[in-house]
Amino acid sequence: MKRDRRHAEEEMKPTRITNGRLIDPANNRDEIADLWIANGKITTPQPDAEIHTIDATGLVVAPGLIDIHVHLREPGQSHKETIATATRAAAAGGFTSVVAMPNTSPSADSAATITWIKEKAAREACVNVFCTGALTKGIKGEELAPFGALFNAGVVALTDDGHCIQNHELMRRAVEYARMFGLPVMDHCQDYAVVGDGIMHEGEWSLRLGLPGWPRTGEELIVARNIMLAELCDSPIHCQHISSSGSVRLLREARARGIKISGEVCPHHIALTDASLAAFDSNFKMNPPLRAQEDIEAIIEGIADGTLTILCSDHAPHAAYEKEVEIDHAPFGITGLETEFATFHDILVHKRKAIPLPRLIALYTSEPAKLLNLDRGTLSVGAPADITLIDPTLEWTFDKNASASLSKNTPFHGHTWRGRAIRTVVAGETVWSLA
Amino acid sequence: MSTWTKKDLVGLDALTAAEIIHLLDTAKAFKGVGERNLKKVPALRGKTLVNFFVEPSTRTRTSFEIAAMRLSADVVNISATASSLQKGETLKDTALNLQALRADIIVLRHSSPGSSQFLSERLESSIINAGDGAHEHPTQGLLDIFTIRERFGRIEGLNIAIIGDILFSRVARSNIFGLLKLGANVTLVGPSTLVPKRFEQLGVQVRHRIDDILETADVVNLLRIQHERQRKEYFPGLGEYVSLFGLTKPRAARLAPHCLIMHPGPINRGVEIDSDVADSTQSVILEQVTNGIAVRMAVLYSCAGGAHIPA
Repeated sequence: MKRDRRHAEEEMKPTRITNGRLIDPANNRDEIADLWIANGKITTPQPDAEIHTIDATGLVVAPGLIDIHVHLREPGQSHKETIATATRAAAAGGFTSVVAMPNTSPSADSAATITWIKEKAAREACVNVFCTGALTKGIKGEELAPFGALFNAGVVALTDDGHCIQNHELMRRAVEYARMFGLPVMDHCQDYAVVGDGIMHEGEWSLRLGLPGWPRTGEELIVARNIMLAELCDSPIHCQHISSSGSVRLLREARARGIKISGEVCPHHIALTDASLAAFDSNFKMNPPLRAQEDIEAIIEGIADGTLTILCSDHAPHAAYEKEVEIDHAPFGITGLETEFATFHDILVHKRKAIPLPRLIALYTSEPAKLLNLDRGTLSVGAPADITLIDPTLEWTFDKNASASLSKNTPFHGHTWRGRAIRTVVAGETVWSLA
Repeated sequence: MSTWTKKDLVGLDALTAAEIIHLLDTAKAFKGVGERNLKKVPALRGKTLVNFFVEPSTRTRTSFEIAAMRLSADVVNISATASSLQKGETLKDTALNLQALRADIIVLRHSSPGSSQFLSERLESSIINAGDGAHEHPTQGLLDIFTIRERFGRIEGLNIAIIGDILFSRVARSNIFGLLKLGANVTLVGPSTLVPKRFEQLGVQVRHRIDDILETADVVNLLRIQHERQRKEYFPGLGEYVSLFGLTKPRAARLAPHCLIMHPGPINRGVEIDSDVADSTQSVILEQVTNGIAVRMAVLYSCAGGAHIPA
């Protein structure tokens, strides 16, 4: 991996991260302790030898954060983002692993494309890149993609993200077939007939602005469908970027019955409401859309009570000229890798006190690792030394012009939060630290 | 005249009551110009106005054109088929070109909600919204309000019913925003699919029976109903619409004698309005068209006639 070489000496000798608050949800640890690294792995304390020391006094030492929902835009859309720029943005957000969505050009529906992405990532990425494969050929929702070949090429999940299989029978067979490989199916929950050409939450603001509504029901119908299919197939389905209060209720009830269904949350869905679209700014247009305050409350409650187990960005970069058009012509999506952890920390831990810091870290480490069967998200001895140092008291303001991402389509320019990752370590090597 | 400081008119939702009153009073002053033999004042002499219509329209474009000519502005008309938008140029680039041609005023008709605001934030030219998707059609809203105010001498306290396809109507939205700011009681009437109850969050009342409003309305404003091919899933057919919501002769007979019948045009005789009712003495449909010129003169003059554009 191409890395920042400023800290190359760390590779040579063992490293001790001292005096930090070590939070490792996978092992139920939360204590002031030292963490040892050697040869890219977490180790037991190393005797005598010359060591490199990182002082983490006042900092949190966490397993490297994992974002399971990222659009790297390669192959085919390198005017929006590249593997190199997206992973630098990821590192700057505290992420040591990202999971790439398959809606590239061509879509990631073949072993060849997965291999291409992995090889390019090996050369250019500064954090770990895991791939998802498409559920259907060309993400058209018509025929199954070759799951076996995708599995052998190393995908960690299957999804048609950006699209949603409308044919329930096809979805059933996809989930059933994926089970054979132990691959979770992730679904962007959207009923096309109900959503139509909707571009914002259907509510008071869509009526006021005359914009076509994207009702909650358009998501909830597919969440309900997925619950039924997960039960029928006894195989996991993960519902991507939950935006609606009704979806939270459905998931809560289904999980209580033991169904293998899960849901993830993006920061904008708890930070912003549909009122943000009042000025028709396409940097507030994403799919699913920003909703109402009651949805924010329901999602926060769902995170707090364990209904929603994963946090992610849905980092969706678009070039300025693509976004700076009439709002109904603009593509959906915003960037998020550099701001997501801070947004969630500020809202969930600092302001709302909905969850304690160790749970926030679990939602970004042990939980996604469990869903996707990754050997990451823990500080166990022997695990890859992917580590994020966090300053939970640091107040900072995001400047999109300083972003590492190739695209600047963020609604958070100028926002101030409390809490930030300040150093990102991948396999023992510092790939980013706050200047 | 110190209440107006804006270079653009993007919608009535963004205006204060005082700003709306300013435009209405200015329109009143300009209305006399159209009644003279010499229908022209030099207020915008030397200014260039571009009618930039990305969505087809004849009456609104013509009304703006006449308004601009009466103010002595030079007028150019550009329609979507003639513009570079057909060749893939973005709206922003096309508009920047218009600005580079030193258009002082761009009157924009566009199918996208927010398109006027989008340009107003990016150009120095005055942007006048002549309809942006289902969002707003502020000069239509103003001319409706002007017509009502001229007849009643006030807006406050009047019972105004807007009937028809509200969901997709920019005319309805501009009327709602403007009328509410001036203190009217606004009731929306139509099928539950086109007039969802949620509209009440904007401060209006929603009714699904036209009978509920006939006796109490001071104004009924009928909106054009789109043909079935465009709104197939919203109501079963025009016949059923007429039977439930059409302003038929028996229904018109129940209106108060002072009640005004309005329609932004073009009317579908026999659909939202009975043919004879459209021509009745209570109908002010053509008066609205005449007032539209005075209102648009007021808007053009207020936005572009001020001191902020160098002479």
